[in-house]
Amino acid sequence: MGVLSEELRDQIRAQFPKYPNKRAVVLPALHLVQDAQRYVSIEAVREIAELLELHPAEVHDTMSFYQFFKDEQHKLGKHRVWVCRSISCMLRGGEELLQHMCEKLHVHPGQTSADGKVTMEFAECLGACDGAPCILVDDEAHMNITPEKADDLLKSL
Amino acid sequence: MSTFEPTLLARVGKPESQSLETYRRDGGYEGFKKALGMAPVDVVNLVKDSGLRGRGGAGFPTGLKWTFLPKDHPGPIYLAINADESEPATFNNRILMEEDPHQVLEGIAISCHAIKSNKAYLYLRYEYGRSYRVLQKAIDECYAAGLFGKNIHGSGFDLDVVLHRGAAAYICGEETGLIESLEGKRAWPRIKPPFPAIEGLFRKPTIVNNIETMACVKQILDRGVDWFKSMGVPPDPKNPRDPGSYGPKLYCISGHVNKPGCVELPMGITSRQLIDEYGGGVWKGRKAKAVVPGGISMGFLSADELDLPLDFNGPGKAGCLGLGTAAITVIDDQTSMVDVLFNCARFFAHESCGQCTPCREGTAWIHKILARIRMGEGQPRDLDLLSEVAGSMGIIPGTTICGLSDGAAWPIKNAIKKFRPEFEEYIKTGRKTVKSVDALMEVH
Repeated sequence: MGVLSEELRDQIRAQFPKYPNKRAVVLPALHLVQDAQRYVSIEAVREIAELLELHPAEVHDTMSFYQFFKDEQHKLGKHRVWVCRSISCMLRGGEELLQHMCEKLHVHPGQTSADGKVTMEFAECLGACDGAPCILVDDEAHMNITPEKADDLLKSL
Repeated sequence: MSTFEPTLLARVGKPESQSLETYRRDGGYEGFKKALGMAPVDVVNLVKDSGLRGRGGAGFPTGLKWTFLPKDHPGPIYLAINADESEPATFNNRILMEEDPHQVLEGIAISCHAIKSNKAYLYLRYEYGRSYRVLQKAIDECYAAGLFGKNIHGSGFDLDVVLHRGAAAYICGEETGLIESLEGKRAWPRIKPPFPAIEGLFRKPTIVNNIETMACVKQILDRGVDWFKSMGVPPDPKNPRDPGSYGPKLYCISGHVNKPGCVELPMGITSRQLIDEYGGGVWKGRKAKAVVPGGISMGFLSADELDLPLDFNGPGKAGCLGLGTAAITVIDDQTSMVDVLFNCARFFAHESCGQCTPCREGTAWIHKILARIRMGEGQPRDLDLLSEVAGSMGIIPGTTICGLSDGAAWPIKNAIKKFRPEFEEYIKTGRKTVKSVDALMEVH
């Protein structure tokens, strides 16, 4: 028994029938592991590789390309909060919002609050420009965010 | 214009617009049923005759793309749906997926029948969590109702639709980057040819189409070619290669307007109309200094270019790369173009996949040069240097594999050409607009 629980392994195996080969399950597997464990350890990479009949380097190559997946040194908090910094949000105060939220939590982008609840990040366009400035909490968009609304959101997490 | 009735957005905002039940009550999946009664080649010809051009940004004729598939291929043939919508300021696909998922799925089903594919992969950007949940529910409904699965309506046609989530990388919107990512690899675009229609996903013939394109296919099946061609801009008689810009289009409006949003209009509306008639005007009573016509990779329209029609040819007449995603971003007259351009440059430096040196290095150095200008340390020769670097990167100069680089270069070329006096003044006076938050973002 490694770092991946039998339940997690089953969830990964359940993806196999959707694709003609197992390599296509790399991203779904990385998502499943990171969702459950808040990072993807080297050991988890090895175990994913074994399940998908790949070399661990192949899994790691894919994982490291997407800065989305985090290793041991960058474990995520319970929630991930992204503030959009791209053009439509920048024009309506997105960067100031990022600064406000980072100061509130005493973190830099990429860091996690001391209580382990929130990892703050900046994002490129979240595709919610009709509600700029917008933020993403885990994978749910919140639009037209003011500093006050941001404070309330952080409190609710 | 007053007689125009939205079709793509007709159901958006209605109660339970996402459910199969209400969709069917509105005549949903009748087009798919009709398509199943037609020979696949007839569906391809219908879409070809409609003049539909892909809504993802490049505007390639959809029906023509479908004909590039090898004839009598034993299969499998794949349909890969590009729902990686990541071009800054673009959100029309999100609205379609969140509010009317079955319209999109019906377009996918019709298209699969047309290209003889039994499997569609919908590659969805990770950030669209709501779209993911809404679409998955809609797909489950389709299986339960026998609209997807084996031997649909006794036609002998099988169809599986798989949702596949991305991991926050802009390059996955490039069609071969998307294919590599779907295969479980880093999203490095492939050298073409072979084009995906010949060798695509899992090395099989593959068509990559956009979400809004799928919605258009569904509407064309329901309403016919004449309806589609009754809207938009016919081909330019002086350009024998112009297929025209027909049909309705979803335009996104964001930035410095009173009422940002997404509107459906016939192709060929102008930026000024979008701002004044649909976006509630420029905010705070100000004037527009510049407009991004279709995502930042298209470049900029200046204040005196706002009456150009936003069809597939319009923005190009003002030196923009194209119509792109038809997502306009309005920049008011109080905003520094240096700050706007820096924002664009930072985006591309962050999103270049790093495979081709001119793009990886070009985007990074453009970002650094603009950062230095914003620190008040720009030099007069920086503007020519920026133009030179931008001119050296992309498919157009022939130095990169994909078009990300052309898109990264275009706002630089456009801004320096159209707003050069502002940049010169900024550098000469040693102006400095860098903010404390910029230092915060350098950590990454």
